[in-house]
Amino acid sequence: MRPEQGTLISRAQAMAALLELLTDQPVIICNGFPSREAQKLVDRPTHFYMIGSMGSAPAIALGVALAKPHKQVITFDGDGNVLMGMGTLATVAALKPKNFIHVVFDNEVYGTTGNQPTISNVVPLEKVAKAAGYTNVERVLDLDDLVYEFKDMLKKDGPSMLLIKVNEFAEDAGRVVLDPPDITKRFMKAIE
Amino acid sequence: MIESDAFVQALQDMGVNFFTGVPDSMLGGIIAELMDRRLYTPAVREDEAVAMAAGAYMGGKVPAVLMQNSGLGTSLNTLISLNLIYHQPCILIVSWRGQGGKDAPEHLVMGEVMPQLLDTMKIPHRTLTEAGAIEDFKWIAETFMKQRIPVALFITKGVVKGLHP
Ligand SMILES: Cc1ncc(C[n+]2csc(CCOP(=O)(O)OP(=O)(O)O)c2C)c(N)n1
Ligand SMILES: [Mg+2]
Repeated sequence: MRPEQGTLISRAQAMAALLELLTDQPVIICNGFPSREAQKLVDRPTHFYMIGSMGSAPAIALGVALAKPHKQVITFDGDGNVLMGMGTLATVAALKPKNFIHVVFDNEVYGTTGNQPTISNVVPLEKVAKAAGYTNVERVLDLDDLVYEFKDMLKKDGPSMLLIKVNEFAEDAGRVVLDPPDITKRFMKAIE
Repeated sequence: MIESDAFVQALQDMGVNFFTGVPDSMLGGIIAELMDRRLYTPAVREDEAVAMAAGAYMGGKVPAVLMQNSGLGTSLNTLISLNLIYHQPCILIVSWRGQGGKDAPEHLVMGEVMPQLLDTMKIPHRTLTEAGAIEDFKWIAETFMKQRIPVALFITKGVVKGLHP
């Protein structure tokens, strides 16, 4: 266990607080536990739950953000996912979509596959995003800061990254129950 | 030889309004034309381009992704576990490097297996010809609308005018 592990909130606690601040914004959620937990916490038609294509959540969100410039688009991502699709930090930073918020739940492990360590303990992903050219970047460790910074990002022009240090706890959440084609249809209708 | 501006115009006439991808020399003329028309969103990897196109599709766009056929290798998982599983269509404009075994060594294996690879993935494909171009574009549009999965158009050497004639 890492020194701060005992004091960190869980990914689900962080996600619940974020979802409470959101209404009908499109949210693209990476594969693995993050999508399963989001579905369990609050299921909205504006949620796009991924069950594969690891590393692609911010690229999908970028496509939505470019197609829908008047909607604020959020992506919920994991540290392992960000590392796999790290080039997309550059693409986002170069294109500078104002309506793009990248939330990273950083537990320093591939939680979904059994907590194998990632390298985000030594590679600060929010600094990579900042160096690439994201406009606003914050790293938070607790619930109060998370709520404060996320509210602030919702008011600001992006691209923004909110990296939340979370512990390894995983909710008892089942697999994504909706059929993928139905997720596509429902999401498209909801963000029309 | 098809002019790049005619090629881009044909896609626009079909309703394609989101273009992304990664360059190949054979696609250079098309990409230059797209950039002239301010229609091109550059990606850094082909799988990223495919995912971006999927997002754009869900946001109401008709997307096309330009890539060299080696990029199909890079995109395999995204095409399968995003586009095919979630029924998200896109038009893949793929330069056929290594066709007929005449190209640099790095293109020969993919050049040979590409059509079978897409057959295995059940992604419909066609090779663009100058004489059949109108038919080819019509087929692309119909397949995109009906099947809601990716559809590939192969571009062979000398069919669309490049940057260097
Ligand atoms: C291409 C690919 N490789 C591996 C996997 C297996 N896999 C699924 S989720 C996951 C871990 C994701 O880690 P992270 O983004 O940190 O999310 P966490 O589970 O920790 O919340 C892995 C490795 C996969 N789905 N796809
Ligand atoms: Mg993780």
